[in-house]
Amino acid sequence: MRSAVERHPMPEHDNSVVIENLVKRFGDFVAVDRINLEVRKGEVFGFLGPNGAGKSTTIRMLCGLLRPTSGRARVAGYDVGREPESVRQNIGYMSQRFSLYNDLKVIENIRLFAGLYSVPASLLKERIEWALEMANLKGQEHLITATLPGGWKQRLALGCAVLHQPPVIFLDEPTSGVDPISRRQFWDLIHHMAEEGVTVFVTTHYMEEAEYCNRLALISRGAVAALGTPSELKKSMKGDLLLVECEPLGEAVEILQSAPDVIDAAVFGRALHLVVRDATAAIPQVKRYLSDHSITIGLIDKIHPSLEDVFVSLTSEPDSGKEWKA
Amino acid sequence: MHEKPQFAIIADELTKGFADVRAVDHLSFDVHPGEIFGLVGPDGAGKTTTLRMLAGIMPPDEGTARVADFDVVHDPEKAKRHLSYMPQRFGLYEDLTVDENIRFYADLFGVNRTEREERSTPLLQAAGMREFRRRLAGKLSGGMKQKLGLVCALIHRPKIILLDEPTTGVDPVSRRDFWRILYELVSEGVAILISTAYLDEAERCHRVALLHQGRLLFCDTPHNLKAKLGKSVLSITSSEPRRLRAELENGVGISSLVLTGDGLHVVVDDGASRIPELEARLKNASIPFHTIQQVTPTIEDLFVDAVGSGAPSHA
Repeated sequence: MRSAVERHPMPEHDNSVVIENLVKRFGDFVAVDRINLEVRKGEVFGFLGPNGAGKSTTIRMLCGLLRPTSGRARVAGYDVGREPESVRQNIGYMSQRFSLYNDLKVIENIRLFAGLYSVPASLLKERIEWALEMANLKGQEHLITATLPGGWKQRLALGCAVLHQPPVIFLDEPTSGVDPISRRQFWDLIHHMAEEGVTVFVTTHYMEEAEYCNRLALISRGAVAALGTPSELKKSMKGDLLLVECEPLGEAVEILQSAPDVIDAAVFGRALHLVVRDATAAIPQVKRYLSDHSITIGLIDKIHPSLEDVFVSLTSEPDSGKEWKA
Repeated sequence: MHEKPQFAIIADELTKGFADVRAVDHLSFDVHPGEIFGLVGPDGAGKTTTLRMLAGIMPPDEGTARVADFDVVHDPEKAKRHLSYMPQRFGLYEDLTVDENIRFYADLFGVNRTEREERSTPLLQAAGMREFRRRLAGKLSGGMKQKLGLVCALIHRPKIILLDEPTTGVDPVSRRDFWRILYELVSEGVAILISTAYLDEAERCHRVALLHQGRLLFCDTPHNLKAKLGKSVLSITSSEPRRLRAELENGVGISSLVLTGDGLHVVVDDGASRIPELEARLKNASIPFHTIQQVTPTIEDLFVDAVGSGAPSHA
């Protein structure tokens, strides 16, 4: 294996991840259907999508683990189809759940990953020091990884994933289950790396994580359904979102799902979330509709959609599950 | 007023330790029939231990708990008859199909064939899984597996349901199916206790116990919890969030600054008076920004405020 740290010069303007008409078929099934994306150097890019949307297939192709059927992708300047080995040597991969060996000591995990990523002997000491420093684990080298608090473990996993100084890193739900304070610190670290030019490609189901990304792509049925900054995506949602407090909720949902102005209705805690075409026009109509059906109405208010609202409205199958009543 | 028992679950000073860690520390709360109650907190907050004690499979060191009016320590078998517990890894048989798994659990709980069909058909429909009845459980996606686990756990129509992080790793669309089923159940008077590490998911619960290191931080409705913060949250969008943060660090009236992907999340003492002040300050320093907007505080804001935003909150 060649040295992982051996870098090829890359023009400054080069995008770190360039995906052109990428397609992956498994038999008749088109898992990835002509995806086009460009991720800039130093960008924190979020890749979101429901299970089965083609997210993992895309990531596996970008990591050089799966050959595209057609189209192409370049990661850190290498073609994933023709130079998968070079791609693998120039990326880091971290997942909160599966990265570390829990029964090894902190230092043993670092050495193991240094070996796996072929960090040259001349750099080994320096890189280990760097990782311990970054993970804030100096003096804790001999602790068993399993005993570390979640936030520390996840910084250790990140340190291990970037020991070979890859220009592009892939993070898979990196802060799932971690307390919010550690999560905020982790994302600070990520933004700091990005500022130094590392490109960060994040996959997640959690909108709390998506909010930390500079730009997001939403994947649905193998294609890009939306692309933009978190605030652009929130603004892009079709229609307005209303919060409606009313009683009884179950009945109200059913009635409103067939109301002309309502695109979608769902229970949310003690209230309903309604997607309507236009809030101003819809509010009096919804009120009238509910009182015609003898439903008690509390507050009705236009609210800002969350990323999750955008996600669901762009990716859910219309009508799935609507008919159910126990 | 109530014909039915007022409480489905009562936890009273529950305490459990492992080695030198107090996983659950004098935890008290109650859950009503027809309520979705959330145990919310990061990994290590004590959620799973609490659920195990309530399910009657782990005795508490101190304190008591009643489920369906039975003491879970003294009468665990009676309590278990009324509850369904779905652990993080629900025991699905991966080499059985969806239907076969359901049949297995129905038999286990003594549910006959007619009841089983009446129960499982609408549940599978709601889960968006009707077309997958003959697929092997091992071939389902993570979200589908969790939904199948729920269908199996509900097959005997339990009155009380304990769900341990059922939506971890589940995408938002499947998560929504999942919650739709939960809302339908509570409308029939079922009590649901659900744990989650995702603070945004807490907003879907009727009431929430916010846990940290085994202790109860707050217990209230999401709405009241957010009001407890007593501070305003501002969202500033900018193409240069880091410069923005450097400028505002240690600013008067600012208690926390969080970098997001396209701006900054700022907790201030009073939004109305601070917005013009911040605008002037950023203009003065020529830091580009698009908007400064007051947004609804999240439960995460409350959590961070309560726990303190200093060093990591670990021992």
